[in-house]
Amino acid sequence: MTLTTEQQTPSGGPSSRPALAHGVLPRWAPWAVLGGAVLASAALSVTAGLNAALFAVVAAVLTGGGLYAWSASVEGTRRATDRLVTVVVSSAFLLALVPLVSVLWTVLGYGLERFDLEFFTYSMRGIVGEGGGIYHALMGTLIITGLATLLSVPIGLLAAVYLVEYGKGRLARAITFFVDVMTGIPSIVAGLFAFALFALFFGPGVRMGVVGAVALSVLMIPVVVRSTEEMLKLVPNELREASLALGVPKWRTIVKVVIPTSIAGIATGVTLAIARVIGETAPLLITVGITTGTNLNPFDGRMASLPVFAYYSYVAPGVPRDPYLDRAWAAALTLILIVMVLNLLARLISRLFAPKTGR
Amino acid sequence: MTTTTAGSGRRTVQRPGDRIFTGSTLAAGALILVILAGVAVFLLTNAWPAVAADPADVPGGNGVIAYTVPLVFGTLLGASLALLMAAPLAVAIALFISHYAPRRLASLLGYVVDLLAAVPSIIYGLWGFTVLAPKTVGLSVWLEEHLGFLPFFSGPASSTGRTMLTVGIVLGVMILPIITAVSREVFLQTPRLHEEAALALGATRWEMIRMTVLPFGKPGVISASMLGLGRALGETMAVAIVLSASPGLMSLNLISSSNPSTVAANIALQFPESSGLAVNTLIFTGLVLFAITLAVNMLARWIIARRAEFSGAN
Repeated sequence: MTLTTEQQTPSGGPSSRPALAHGVLPRWAPWAVLGGAVLASAALSVTAGLNAALFAVVAAVLTGGGLYAWSASVEGTRRATDRLVTVVVSSAFLLALVPLVSVLWTVLGYGLERFDLEFFTYSMRGIVGEGGGIYHALMGTLIITGLATLLSVPIGLLAAVYLVEYGKGRLARAITFFVDVMTGIPSIVAGLFAFALFALFFGPGVRMGVVGAVALSVLMIPVVVRSTEEMLKLVPNELREASLALGVPKWRTIVKVVIPTSIAGIATGVTLAIARVIGETAPLLITVGITTGTNLNPFDGRMASLPVFAYYSYVAPGVPRDPYLDRAWAAALTLILIVMVLNLLARLISRLFAPKTGR
Repeated sequence: MTTTTAGSGRRTVQRPGDRIFTGSTLAAGALILVILAGVAVFLLTNAWPAVAADPADVPGGNGVIAYTVPLVFGTLLGASLALLMAAPLAVAIALFISHYAPRRLASLLGYVVDLLAAVPSIIYGLWGFTVLAPKTVGLSVWLEEHLGFLPFFSGPASSTGRTMLTVGIVLGVMILPIITAVSREVFLQTPRLHEEAALALGATRWEMIRMTVLPFGKPGVISASMLGLGRALGETMAVAIVLSASPGLMSLNLISSSNPSTVAANIALQFPESSGLAVNTLIFTGLVLFAITLAVNMLARWIIARRAEFSGAN
């Protein structure tokens, strides 16, 4: 708390400065303090043996404290607080990058062990120990997600068209509200719902690919509706009015004018929705189960899928453990690559096919 | 829109195409409501046998309520821990992206944070188990030594790190991008004139944020946190893999190796090997989870909707 007394001096008015002007730190001051703090904590970690996490914490605290003290003595406490908050906010952002980098690094490090051709061309049928692959799980994931997309895109698209073009009154408001609520359904509850629905017809032991697809589409529909709705709302009303004024029926206006104008955004939304559900584990775990062989028929019995495969390989490995763990990580790497590619694809679509606006 | 009906009958020709199209879009919209109602109804009918059954037959032997309460307790504990860690951090990150980062970089940085949301939960589970859990052991031991008088850190510290604390951190990382994204949107909507007025009066950047951005964004941040809370409540795989759970336990201890399980993780772990009444019991717990997340989400959406009426956007 010596800072407050230091701060008194400038406002007390030493003759060197005009009364209303503050001293200002040079532009390089924050970087200089940061450098000094890093050096100091490096020295401390050599002498006191800090680990990486503590090193970062000490460096951040020293930067914030140092900058605050310096700024308070020259610029006054208000500016010092401002600088302190800048340090805090920036380090919060850096802190958020830590898990992201760590996750990617870990998955790459462990996953590349078994990321080979055999891994993608063999199933696990009859495999004990080394060898084997994820062909069956990859196909299962693609089939189940594909089915879920086929189910949810038409429903989601039409519902969004209803909300934007037709919906007025209480029904539309109810749908909007419940779509929002539906985005928050836990994935495991969606799985339980699909299971309960199919157990009604096929008995309590039902495990089929299509059950998983229904569970995934419960999660996917609200995402599709939301993003499509946003995109349809962006279509300028002048386009609709021009088309209607030419005597084009409303439904043809929507099909030929509104949807083509927003198709890039819709495609982006659908791609992101696929990316969101393709990594879902819990609903598939309880509705589809796992197999070791390849099953390409979603209407007949258990199927393997990437996330469930990774889960079981990891939590219930055979003997010896290592090949199972390697396969789990390689499957996780495959999954993360698929999700990243889908995300990139979504960005590309929206960039390349965005409608030309007048501005 | 409906003014044409007042004109002569000739003008209101209903083409078959229009009728079919209107009908199918309406059906799709209604189907969504039906699905949501179906989720509730199917879970209810499948959960009922567990409620009606003799308490001794339900797993645990004390009836379905006694089975569910510790799970709900664990779920709430883990999710609130996650929220406690993620919410302040997310607000800071959202401020960084919306008001501190250079304009050109802002959208790129936002995308980087969004990448955190793209990582599937199973991978967070594997990461939490392999990388994070061992790293928290040192922290747990330190907490037990220095803050052991608090019920949260009474120990004994787990040697594997598969604790509620680790689960809280993993869940916090998972809900961080959601809270950040929504808060960022709200912060960016702060009326430009308010901000400039504050700056013109001589406020520093932080004072400007405290006086204009934060009051304006407060409801948005609250509802964003509730959305994050809803996500954390329902998170399954990461918890199932990371947590070393002892079902039926209710304890506030965050760092020991026996922890209360959560509803979602318990379903994922038990369901594949369950049959008969055990399945109904699990579905009942799922129904409770559904009700809790529904309430949290509806509250969050209600706060957003209430605010949208007087916000400047649209």
